[in-house]
Amino acid sequence: MRLQIPIAIGFLAGFFMLVQFFVPHQFFQQSYLELFDWVKIIGAFALVLGLGSLFRTHIDKIRNRRPDHIYSFVTLISFAVMFVFGIVYGVKPHTSFDWLFKNVQTPLEATVFSLLAFFMASAAYRTFRARSVEATLLLTVAVIVMLGRVPISDYVSFVDFHEASEWIMSVPGMAAKRGILLGVALGVVATALRILLGIERSHLGGGGGGSS
Amino acid sequence: MPEAAGEINAIWGVSTEVIGLWLAALLTLAIYSFLYGDNPVYKLAEHIFVGISAAYGAGIVYHQVLIPELINPLFRPALAGQDVPKYSLIIPGLLGLMVLGRFLRGHEWISRWPIAFVMGLGAGLSIPRSMQSLVLLQMHGTMQPVWPLVTAEGWVGVDNILMIAGVICTLAYFYFSLPHRGVMGGMSRVGIWFLMIGFGAGFGNTVMARISLLIGRIQFLIYDWLPTIGIHLGGPGVG
Amino acid sequence: MLPPMAMWEKLLYFDRRIIFLIIAVAVLVPFLTGWMLPQGKITATTQHLFDAIEALPPRTPVMISFDYSPSSMPEIQPMALALAHHILSRNLRLVAVTLVVTGPQMADAAIMPVAEKLGKQEGVDWVNLGFKTGGAVLVTQMGEDIKRAYPADARGNSTQNLPVMAGVHNYDDIGLIIDLASSAAPGTWIVYAHDPYDIKLAAGVTGVMAADYYPFLQTGQMMGLLNGLKGAAEYEYLVGQTGFGLLGMSAQSVAHLLIILFVILGNIGYFTSGRHRRQQR
Repeated sequence: MRLQIPIAIGFLAGFFMLVQFFVPHQFFQQSYLELFDWVKIIGAFALVLGLGSLFRTHIDKIRNRRPDHIYSFVTLISFAVMFVFGIVYGVKPHTSFDWLFKNVQTPLEATVFSLLAFFMASAAYRTFRARSVEATLLLTVAVIVMLGRVPISDYVSFVDFHEASEWIMSVPGMAAKRGILLGVALGVVATALRILLGIERSHLGGGGGGSS
Repeated sequence: MPEAAGEINAIWGVSTEVIGLWLAALLTLAIYSFLYGDNPVYKLAEHIFVGISAAYGAGIVYHQVLIPELINPLFRPALAGQDVPKYSLIIPGLLGLMVLGRFLRGHEWISRWPIAFVMGLGAGLSIPRSMQSLVLLQMHGTMQPVWPLVTAEGWVGVDNILMIAGVICTLAYFYFSLPHRGVMGGMSRVGIWFLMIGFGAGFGNTVMARISLLIGRIQFLIYDWLPTIGIHLGGPGVG
Repeated sequence: MLPPMAMWEKLLYFDRRIIFLIIAVAVLVPFLTGWMLPQGKITATTQHLFDAIEALPPRTPVMISFDYSPSSMPEIQPMALALAHHILSRNLRLVAVTLVVTGPQMADAAIMPVAEKLGKQEGVDWVNLGFKTGGAVLVTQMGEDIKRAYPADARGNSTQNLPVMAGVHNYDDIGLIIDLASSAAPGTWIVYAHDPYDIKLAAGVTGVMAADYYPFLQTGQMMGLLNGLKGAAEYEYLVGQTGFGLLGMSAQSVAHLLIILFVILGNIGYFTSGRHRRQQR
């Protein structure tokens, strides 16, 4: 029963949406808007799940005195400070919550991701090799697109890099992207069908399998 | 809500804006210290980020989802513009609490009900629409006129042939139910070339994107932070 | 003196921190010297978005979905600022929504300074509706009833009474949707808003994602696209506002030339040092 009931719930919810799509009767229109409200609320609780595993990891680290467990205190204290500001004083502009987001979270997140610029430059030097015809083609296209994306290439008169890169993106590049997209889309539809029919059960995870 | 209580304009005569810019600049440099090598300052900054961003999500979800969608309509109907509480929301409220069953050792199965509901509904919503938008309309877009080869607008017909061949050959490369020999082998080989062009274009754009992220941080340091120590090097809307 | 092969070998394997330093200096110098390249050609997909906004009658609501986080702010925020300026200065209404949790703050950071400069009022000329969970479900619900999807804005004000939302029932009342995204959100907007409700849709995305959306431009499922910092710079140029996009393009140019030089040098080293033959064996 622990597995059958959820599978039945999933099937009914999905089947209802399919019927609603093909039979746009007022009853279905009204009730599907109601169900959407429910999904938004359940989704909010699902985000709390992520917090649970964050706490578990850091509390375990502290409890077992693992190396660097001192930093786990930092994470938990940062969380507590931001959480209290958010819940007590709200999240509107000019609150402490907003100030911390702007001056702590924003620079940290943006800077961590900007590190990629350095690692990419290093990789360009060390690993991007024209080892084969295919790799040479990839590198050549990449160079054309790189030049087409900056104004400095407008000073070169013999090739219009801007036009060339737009053509690559919209004709052969687009064809490849579409080929991939069609494959992925069919995969998405197939997976959705498997979920609906209860064949795909990995999302039900937790609590061991079995129908006990 | 005591919103104003969370707002402080200055500390010891220094505006909170300037303090914020210095804090942001120091944290930026703390992260960049990683480029020299892993170090405690970087680790400290990294762990602050994890804590702050998790709590940020919780704060936003509480104020912008749970309050207007669940708490107000159910417990404070006047604030939600209703005369009576919307009792039907007890169901998603309970289902939401059941999600947290994941944390109860031995009772994790409780969370299956709400997850099955959300996933099933999402699947039912997605099947016809994804099929329509991502498969049928994309196939429709691929079926373009290829004759006459040279139209008034230029080489449109040639581009179309190239595009159609590209889509088919890329699909052939990913089609594993037939051995890649003979015609199929040739098509999948051409498919690889198209994929390489696609990845090359993606790579060129990725270089642009990564460099832009670095430029963004440099712009912050130069246009926002340097002025706090009296150095002005222009900026948006200047010059 | 080292023989050429050994020299290249050595060149290939110096401390990568030297490369880090070179790239940092290359990006810094254009800013320190104030060197600024004039804006080059405008991509057609950028022009299409600009023209679509130009064609909207006054007070038409334009919806921007802020689906990005600080990690891609340098690329997307300049677009958001230029778009907010274009929309508000043309006396259109701006409705901000978001499918990602960091979106509400991104929307405020883009709209508030522009609105203040142009003397536009929150709740009358623009509104930040904030974040909701649900993704595809939320987008579909807005197609039926925006005020049900968003009973309140990000500040907690009821959307029923907001002047900016007057007459806005669903997508039929919106002139254009623009998705500014660093995630797969534009796909959600295509599948659940553009196609079923036939609403005009454009996007501004990070360079990493741009190529993924060309198939949708060709089918007309998307009418415009801003591609990374280049797209932002182009839009700033069209709107006549020098922002972080245009200011960044010189540094971007230098960095691209440098990366290309790295690729070439790396390959020369690879082939002259004989490593390619060793690897083939």
